[in-house]
Amino acid sequence: MTQRFRLPEGGLIDRAKPLGFRFDGTRYQGYAGDSLASALLANGVHLVGRSFKYHRPRGIFSAGAEEPNALVQLGAGARSDANMRATQVDLVDGLTAASQNCWPSLGFDLGAINNQLSRFLPAGFYYKTFMWPAALWMRYEWVIRHAAGMGKVPDARDPDHYDKTYAHCDVLVAGAGPAGLAAALAASETGARVILAEQDGELGGALLGLDETIDGAPARDWVAAARAELEARESVTILTRTTVYGYFDHNFLGLLERVTDHLAEKPARLPRHRLWKLRAKQVVLATGAIERPLVFSDNDRPGIMLAGACQAYVNRYAVKPGSKAVVFTNNDGAYGAALDLAAAGIEIAAIVDLRPDPEGPATERAEAAGLPVLAGHAIIGTRGDQRVDQVRIARISADGASIVGGAGEGAAQTIDCDLVAVSGGWSPTVHLFSQSRGKIRFDAELGCFLPGDAAQATHLAGACNGAFGLASCLQTGFEAGAQAAKAAGLKPGKRRRKIQKAPEASDDGFLPARWTWLVPSDRPLGQGGKHFVDLQNDVTAADLKLALREGYRSVEHVKRYTTTGMGTDQGKTGNVNAIAIIAETQGRPIPEVGVTTFRPPYTAVTFGAFAGRDIEDLLDATRRTPIHAWHQRNGAVFEDVGQWKRPWYYPKASESMHDAVNREVKAVRSSLGVVDATTLGKIDIQGKDAAEFLNRMYTNAWSKLEVGKCRYGLMLGEDGMVMDDGVTARLGEHHYLMTTTTGNAAPVFGHLEEFLQTEWPELEVRLTSVTEQFATVSLAGPNARRLLAELTQDIELSANALPHMGLARGRVAGIPARVFRVSFTGEMSFEINVRASYGLALWQAVMTAGEKYDITPYGTEAMHVLRAEKGFIIVGQETDGSVTPLDLGMDWILSKNKDFIGKRSLTRPDMLKPDRKQLVGLLTEDPAEVLPEGAQLVETVLAKPPMVMVGHVSSSYHSPNLERSFALAMIKGGRGKMGQRVFAPLQGGKTLACTITGPVFLDPEGERLRG
Amino acid sequence: MMARYSIFSLARNALSYHQDWPAAWRDPAPKPSYQVVIIGGGGHGLATAYYLAKEHGITDVAVIERGWLGGGNTGRNTTVVRSNYLWDESAALYDFALKIWEGLSQELNFNVMFSQRGVVNLAHNQHDLRELSRRINANRLNGVDSEFLTPAEIKRMIPIIDVRAGGRYPVLGASLQRRGGTARHDALAWGYARAADARGVDIIQECPVEGFRIENGRVLGVETAKGFIGAAKVAIAVAGHSSVMATLAGFRMPVTSVPLQALVSEPVKPALDTVVMSNAIHAYISQSDKGEFVIGAGADKYVGYGQRGSLPVTEETLAAVCELFPSLRRMRMMRQWGGIVDTCPDASPILGKTPIDGLYINCGWGTGGFKSTPGAGWVYAYTIAKDEPHELNAPFSLDRFRTGYLVDEHGAAAVAH
Repeated sequence: MTQRFRLPEGGLIDRAKPLGFRFDGTRYQGYAGDSLASALLANGVHLVGRSFKYHRPRGIFSAGAEEPNALVQLGAGARSDANMRATQVDLVDGLTAASQNCWPSLGFDLGAINNQLSRFLPAGFYYKTFMWPAALWMRYEWVIRHAAGMGKVPDARDPDHYDKTYAHCDVLVAGAGPAGLAAALAASETGARVILAEQDGELGGALLGLDETIDGAPARDWVAAARAELEARESVTILTRTTVYGYFDHNFLGLLERVTDHLAEKPARLPRHRLWKLRAKQVVLATGAIERPLVFSDNDRPGIMLAGACQAYVNRYAVKPGSKAVVFTNNDGAYGAALDLAAAGIEIAAIVDLRPDPEGPATERAEAAGLPVLAGHAIIGTRGDQRVDQVRIARISADGASIVGGAGEGAAQTIDCDLVAVSGGWSPTVHLFSQSRGKIRFDAELGCFLPGDAAQATHLAGACNGAFGLASCLQTGFEAGAQAAKAAGLKPGKRRRKIQKAPEASDDGFLPARWTWLVPSDRPLGQGGKHFVDLQNDVTAADLKLALREGYRSVEHVKRYTTTGMGTDQGKTGNVNAIAIIAETQGRPIPEVGVTTFRPPYTAVTFGAFAGRDIEDLLDATRRTPIHAWHQRNGAVFEDVGQWKRPWYYPKASESMHDAVNREVKAVRSSLGVVDATTLGKIDIQGKDAAEFLNRMYTNAWSKLEVGKCRYGLMLGEDGMVMDDGVTARLGEHHYLMTTTTGNAAPVFGHLEEFLQTEWPELEVRLTSVTEQFATVSLAGPNARRLLAELTQDIELSANALPHMGLARGRVAGIPARVFRVSFTGEMSFEINVRASYGLALWQAVMTAGEKYDITPYGTEAMHVLRAEKGFIIVGQETDGSVTPLDLGMDWILSKNKDFIGKRSLTRPDMLKPDRKQLVGLLTEDPAEVLPEGAQLVETVLAKPPMVMVGHVSSSYHSPNLERSFALAMIKGGRGKMGQRVFAPLQGGKTLACTITGPVFLDPEGERLRG
Repeated sequence: MMARYSIFSLARNALSYHQDWPAAWRDPAPKPSYQVVIIGGGGHGLATAYYLAKEHGITDVAVIERGWLGGGNTGRNTTVVRSNYLWDESAALYDFALKIWEGLSQELNFNVMFSQRGVVNLAHNQHDLRELSRRINANRLNGVDSEFLTPAEIKRMIPIIDVRAGGRYPVLGASLQRRGGTARHDALAWGYARAADARGVDIIQECPVEGFRIENGRVLGVETAKGFIGAAKVAIAVAGHSSVMATLAGFRMPVTSVPLQALVSEPVKPALDTVVMSNAIHAYISQSDKGEFVIGAGADKYVGYGQRGSLPVTEETLAAVCELFPSLRRMRMMRQWGGIVDTCPDASPILGKTPIDGLYINCGWGTGGFKSTPGAGWVYAYTIAKDEPHELNAPFSLDRFRTGYLVDEHGAAAVAH
């Protein structure tokens, strides 16, 4: 609990709030305001993880989102998180973290054998081996898989919840460093609705880690004033711990807000994370820059860190990342870091500068302060098992390609140290700009990729656009904010306040610099030390060169072959170095090599946030009819049909499904059944061209259908295949009501609208979905009319007044209703439509009045049996998108006198072939055997597959009316094969013999439904 | 001669610090003309070149690629390989491909990491179960391995799945094709490229095709960024841009191009040992050898050529994944991208001749392109060499949209076309 490396004063931590935490089981203490990384460093813990491939010891490398090494497993059990960057984890009291990818322990990891074998494991080694013997690949793979991976998946259902929200704003500012704050101030000055999003918990960006002044006062004071000003403005929303992770088309952006991760007590009402789906009129990117490491031999040991990160640990967290430091740089910027480290009491053993003649403002200050500088030198090797303890240094040649004095130990000197602060220049964070499809370009002087032409309404401010000095950041921030507000249509602000003018500050960038992309060593590359380019994936410069040598020339090939840039950090520190080394090796300019595509997200986004509340019962809408509660009370078993819950069957106490369905089927045929048909799609069609529209959409003719009559219609796709069917009634001169199948209601509606809107806009037709506006109670059975007569006074029910396919209006059980005499069971049947709110009342009235007929509610299973006995098809069961009306024997429904969707397709030669699959009936030779639906049929049974299939069983049931099983099937040329035998070889080895019959098993004349 | 890859050559090269590995393929300048020019250096184009050389002795072949080889859908898919297709025609073609897959690493001497870890297709309602049963039976009788799993068997095989019947989409059953699995997508392109190159095929990258030279209904070659390249036969294999190519050649294709999206999580230790697919909720998922969950999302609902895919599709897919695997909710999406898939009205490919003599086309695979690569390349090579389709691809002619001989595989992919 000592925090030995905590500075006695300074920093943005709250020393009054000590926090306890554990890492790999050991207790430590930090302070509020610490990150997990800073708290570990305060306790002298540098070794925090093992690398992906070679299991090399790794330490904390950065202080931000770019961290490649310090990935930990946070928490335990169901709330455990893998691969969390310690640099971005806010320390909370009681936090537990564990190292990853090591066994048995972080200090002693058996996987480190890979490091010894690394000579045999170059990039892509797995493409060249594990091929013999072929049968062993699955075992090799098992070993590879278990060696790979990093953290672990939680072991149970995530107990947290996530949320999503939409937002709109005039100006989104991404990043709240000096440039972003200035932009937000300038934009909101106009009254613009501004959202300022910052990934950190604090505003200030780089200023948090720097010892800068603005207008002569500490920069942090300016940040605090800016924050206060922004918070006072009503039109400004500040989102901290919120990453703008994705930049999509039309200024649509995705943001991830981490709402409770930083709280020790997490209020249950708050979501863990919140996904913001934001549409911004204008976007200001103020995303800053990321420092690059230098690629030198054995540049990966714990204690080797980015210079700016060292500076941030000292200034922001008041932590000494070491006691004796070597600074290794190619630019002026790192001298500022050296000065800050020295000021914190860290001995600067040397500043090793690749530049032969170091110069620049910070260099001058460091020299004035007496810091030792080794100009034109390089670190050519490091030592230290679990922490760096020594570096080797040598003078480099004028071209930077080799060391002076050549190979051999003689040329080098050694320096003991426990910290190496590295700076290889800065890479602007162009990720979001690139995601927006903006072009990026290489700037040779700055040695980095910069935004070029924007593709969207995007403005740039600060370091992400190459403005590295603080004054430039502020200046470009104010300009971009004002421009963005203006472009969003807002007038320049009238209030003139001091704060919205760019204040005074120094404008030192990091130039001048020398671009030595690959630091030479005293040994040939790849023979001895390792020059890491991608620390997380253990990709070295030698790996890149191997890939190039082997013909993987494109930067994408090199990336995929070596896996550089493919870790959880997505190459934030490594990619530019990799590209430059590729360019150098190929002798091409960097712009010609180009970059790999920047893909969303900027940093990883929790799956749960994308799902939000759309999980469990809310994954999809559950639709219930107004009568649902009655079905539930009466023991219905439901099945999912599309989004609907439909009663499948209503078992009585101890009744099996088979018994219940038999009882329901028999009741309909013998007396009276009732089914809830509310779920059928209903589309109200009005307009003077409605009949013409139906003529075009349906295969049969509609012009002559009288008002008050119904007609069955078949709808085809453009390919001539059956798409949907249903009954449509003519309610008035220009008014129709179409019914669709339950599952197809939405697709059919879309299909109709598509044709109306895009093909025939001249038709005067309006469609309204009324599926949920009406409840449908369908009576079926010999007693249907008798019952209905008892419930209505004003509807004439005689065969003449309301014949089959007739329609009447009146009151049923006192409720205004439409009554359609249509039948899907082959029995006399009345479908009563009432307003949805009356559905349950009607159902109850029917049930009460029907008692004397032993009225039986029946479910979808009984309905399917009843319709199949009659040979009626179900779209999606008998049909599968490959079935034409001719295949179903429904030639009668194809009008020859008009055109309709799909008609032309039906004339194609293959549509008329006699061996197409056709709808037939099927009877098993053993009447007790029920064929499984989906069984395939053959004419000749062979001992083993393959066998030639001639068709399949589409529907199959036991019929209590037929007192045997029966089935519908689609069989090649089936209509010409009546009486022939086919066989169904089933899973498990049994084969059922059957005979092909017609598809109508009951009442072929249709007498039952008339009368 | 191709330098052979093996544990021994790896060890030998380690001694020379891997300085002596030869290039896997050459980087030639295009010759003025070839016997066959293949447009598109993805898996299909490269496989076709390889089989032209190997099976038909036609080595005067160039594969010309707009960008870098394998950079289109070959390098963007979710690497699932299976052959449990419903219709006889599809099953025959995909199973032919699967059989080649089973020996492909050895044949190419390049480890394509074909992992036969099994593919599980879930059923969530009675309709799904009926369709699943039909498919399993059809597969079985076609000689394609397929079996039914009960929810309990699924749970045993995939411990992190939630088959709970109380959920919105309870898992009621599944089919399992044990021979199915995943492979390393880049390795497929590289393996074919290396093997084709070794047989004399020229692979010409960064060479966009700008037009065709056609006279009297016969193709004479292609205009490219590197000049005119003459060819007796030209074969198109440019998934995602097939209709663009056809337009350049002066004919129309019945294909629609839409962005199909995929994403990966951060890598974690093994937690999922099979491929799991769900038609009903548009999600499929496997875990790569590196440890990332590789997730196939749906297609955008509008046509386009932007290789990224839209946010709503990511949301829907991950909601489905979170529902099936509740412990994955805390996993994090590391990278998301899109590829452009060409889809035909019947969701089956077009593989054969075009209205222009000497010009062939291979396209319209929708979501099925990667798994079919070895088989498609083989029959495409046959078609080009013989100027007539092999019996395996005869059903997949462009002509079928005129004759009506459609092979409707809308139910085959987890993604609605």
